[in-house]
Amino acid sequence: MGRDQATLLRKFHQARWDEPIILELSVPGERGILVRKVEKGVRDEVEDGIASIPESLRRSVPPKLPEVNQVRVLRHFMHLSQETMGTDVTIDISQGTCTMKYSPKVQEHIATRHPGMAEIHPLQPDISLQGLLEIIYKLDCFLQAISGLDRFTFQPGGGAQGVYTGASIVRAYHAARGDVNRTEVITTMFSHPCDSAAPATAGYKIITLMPDDLGYPDMNALKAALSERTAAIFITNPEDTGIYNPRIAEYVKAAHDAGALCYYDQANANGMLGITRAKEAGFDLCHFNLHKTFSVPHQCMGGSVGAVGCRDELKKFLPVPRVGFDGKRYYLDYEANGSIGKVRSFFGNPQSLVKAYAWILHHGADGLREAAECAVLNNNYLEKKLKEVPGVSVRYSADKRKLEQIRYSWEKLYEDTGVGTEDVMRRMADYGLQHYWMSHHPWIVPQPFTLEPCESYSKDDLDEYVAVLRQISKEAYESPELVKNAPHNQVVHKVPEPSIDQPERIAVTWRQYLKKAAK
Amino acid sequence: MKKLGFLVNPVAGMGGRVGLKGSDGAEILRKARELGAVPQSSRRAVQALQVLSGIKDRIEVTTYPGEMGEDGARECGLLPDVIGAITKGATTAEDTVRAARQMADHGVDLILFAGGDGTARDIYKAIGQRIPALGIPAGVKIHSGVYAVTPRHAGDVAVRFLEGKLKAQDAEVMDIDEDAFRRGTVTAKLLGYLRTPEDRRFVQRVKSGSVRPALPGIAADVVGDMKPGWLYLVGPGTTTRAILDELGLKNTLLGVDVVLDRCLVASDVNESDLARLVADRPAIVVLSVIGGQGYLLGRGNQQLSPAVIRKVGKEQIVVVASKEKLVSLAGRPLLVDTGDEELDRMLSGYVKVTTGFREYCMYRVG
Repeated sequence: MGRDQATLLRKFHQARWDEPIILELSVPGERGILVRKVEKGVRDEVEDGIASIPESLRRSVPPKLPEVNQVRVLRHFMHLSQETMGTDVTIDISQGTCTMKYSPKVQEHIATRHPGMAEIHPLQPDISLQGLLEIIYKLDCFLQAISGLDRFTFQPGGGAQGVYTGASIVRAYHAARGDVNRTEVITTMFSHPCDSAAPATAGYKIITLMPDDLGYPDMNALKAALSERTAAIFITNPEDTGIYNPRIAEYVKAAHDAGALCYYDQANANGMLGITRAKEAGFDLCHFNLHKTFSVPHQCMGGSVGAVGCRDELKKFLPVPRVGFDGKRYYLDYEANGSIGKVRSFFGNPQSLVKAYAWILHHGADGLREAAECAVLNNNYLEKKLKEVPGVSVRYSADKRKLEQIRYSWEKLYEDTGVGTEDVMRRMADYGLQHYWMSHHPWIVPQPFTLEPCESYSKDDLDEYVAVLRQISKEAYESPELVKNAPHNQVVHKVPEPSIDQPERIAVTWRQYLKKAAK
Repeated sequence: MKKLGFLVNPVAGMGGRVGLKGSDGAEILRKARELGAVPQSSRRAVQALQVLSGIKDRIEVTTYPGEMGEDGARECGLLPDVIGAITKGATTAEDTVRAARQMADHGVDLILFAGGDGTARDIYKAIGQRIPALGIPAGVKIHSGVYAVTPRHAGDVAVRFLEGKLKAQDAEVMDIDEDAFRRGTVTAKLLGYLRTPEDRRFVQRVKSGSVRPALPGIAADVVGDMKPGWLYLVGPGTTTRAILDELGLKNTLLGVDVVLDRCLVASDVNESDLARLVADRPAIVVLSVIGGQGYLLGRGNQQLSPAVIRKVGKEQIVVVASKEKLVSLAGRPLLVDTGDEELDRMLSGYVKVTTGFREYCMYRVG
């Protein structure tokens, strides 16, 4: 059904295949691909290839894989794809904090199909990997220019692993100075939860700062928390609220005065590319999520990368191998003196590095700044339009301009109608929009939802998005049950909430599912 | 079919607008009426019940006659099963107790009641932990943790509980001696715990992974840091109870227990015994956040008197609370009201609250 040009609303109904799990499609003996028998010459050389595996490691029973023909496999995945509301299908400004910007398809072709990428192996001698190593080396140079810091690692396979890497570097730094009593890391309530979880995994005690009345991390609380036990502060700016903290340098100074390092979580740097840098704010380390700011798709559509950068004095702690250049050729440097070691095998996710490299080259320095400016402009336009929707409010610094994202609240709608943020979220799917991201936990902003329009979306996209939320607000005031019982036009009508946090009902493998379903 | 008990204390809240600090007792009510107070609670109860009218086909409502519930239920278009009898216009605390007890006997799944701390006290007296109950805030004093934030919120929580989406947890029932309060002294008592639907506004709502209950982590953190030869004065509350559970010790939910070298040396200790105990040994006081208003000292734990706190010292106070509990204060500071203003001032500032295993939160004490 097309979009009504007057209301910008569409009558959407999702394909309702209710596709079975592929193991349920299995027919004994059915095959998708017939693997050719090993040729005689090969067999003579390596025998059957299995004999060399010790018998104790060999399976006695074949794995219970689904037996399905090729056409059915294709149909299966097409059905599944039609039952999703992914970023290539809807106006995906819903996932605030995730920076779901458009990832140009040309990058996908270069990174995954170019023979220089598709046909290489990480254990090749580095002399035969010159192209990839050059890209990694130059991407490092780009991020140095963007952040002002001196060296990056691309091993971490995600933002949280990047933060873990940072925490490990912090520990190595203090240990190298013989300062072993620094056991605490300070972070803030509106920073990403991995800023506490990852340093905790690295062995630190975590102290969290609550927001002050304006939504900034409470400066007095920071001063009260800092001590000779503080190893580092891990902080985001802007935080989930989207408010830029103009006093960030004061926080950094207070931490440095206490002998702590400062880690800037710039996973999402979309509002500041080419505008501010970690170095000028005084930070010692930072990380960028290439799968956010630098257009690489998120995990399921390609490996993510938490690119961690640091100042010169911390360089020796970075993971190995690092990519070096001697003026003629690129090489892998395994010199591990001081290094925290490896955090991931080989190069991490090299395809994602190629995509980010291509994206930066497409844009150039001016283009990066323009992307940030458009993202901020889009966000502030969206805020202005959304504040006109009955029931929507902005909890902190409502009168201030925001950067790239905002945590909104349906508190008023909830008070007026009993319709809460989860109800609205489910209803959106009936208009062909993906559900939005509510908030990290615990909720500080009541009935929260977090939007981030990025630079990729047009004014028309934003207007359609606002039109849907305005319509749902109207429905909530006129017939709340309609919204509370949403979605109505989806494959699954409503997933019962408790089942996802009841371990006895969660099955992550087929075997588990059969076992729990039988009970 | 789920059964809801709906109960209104029609006089709750009357003392508030006319400055009487409460509405307990016939004499105060007479005074409130003289001062022009009008009943508030029925209106607020109806706001909550309107939310439940959305699922009226799926619930049976049991209520008490007239202004104790029947009127409100009918106003919301419900057809309640009315039990019991009252004298209209002259209901008392005894009516609340009797009504709650009869509803529990009637087999209701939840009692939704409108009132204040006095009403919660009466409900607790009637049903204890037999069945869950949830308060619609309508009284003057709301120190108890059994109340939803707003009437509508109460309705919403009740709906989700009856639909099987929420579990029940312990919530504090507290009351302040109104007569003493009018004379200027606060003696708040922690009376016990009602089973109350878990308010999930602030708790972990998982996208993936599992809910990590905070209490065992908090307990493990405190126990892990325990110093040999030091006394631990563990205050009342469910959060602090987890610490004694972790040690395998018997606890007094509503009182102060004392631990030394992982052994219980005294249970439910009064002020003078506490003062004697801390006189010649270093001690640490473990406090939880009590009630919906965020009190650390002065509500429900008066045994920890100014003299005891001064002797122990500000640096030796450990505060424990889940992050959700802190967030539910919506930015309001933690409160201390020891009766010693200078001590209260000394205790203000920031405190490092233990929120999990090796997890802490800096929080303001006002």
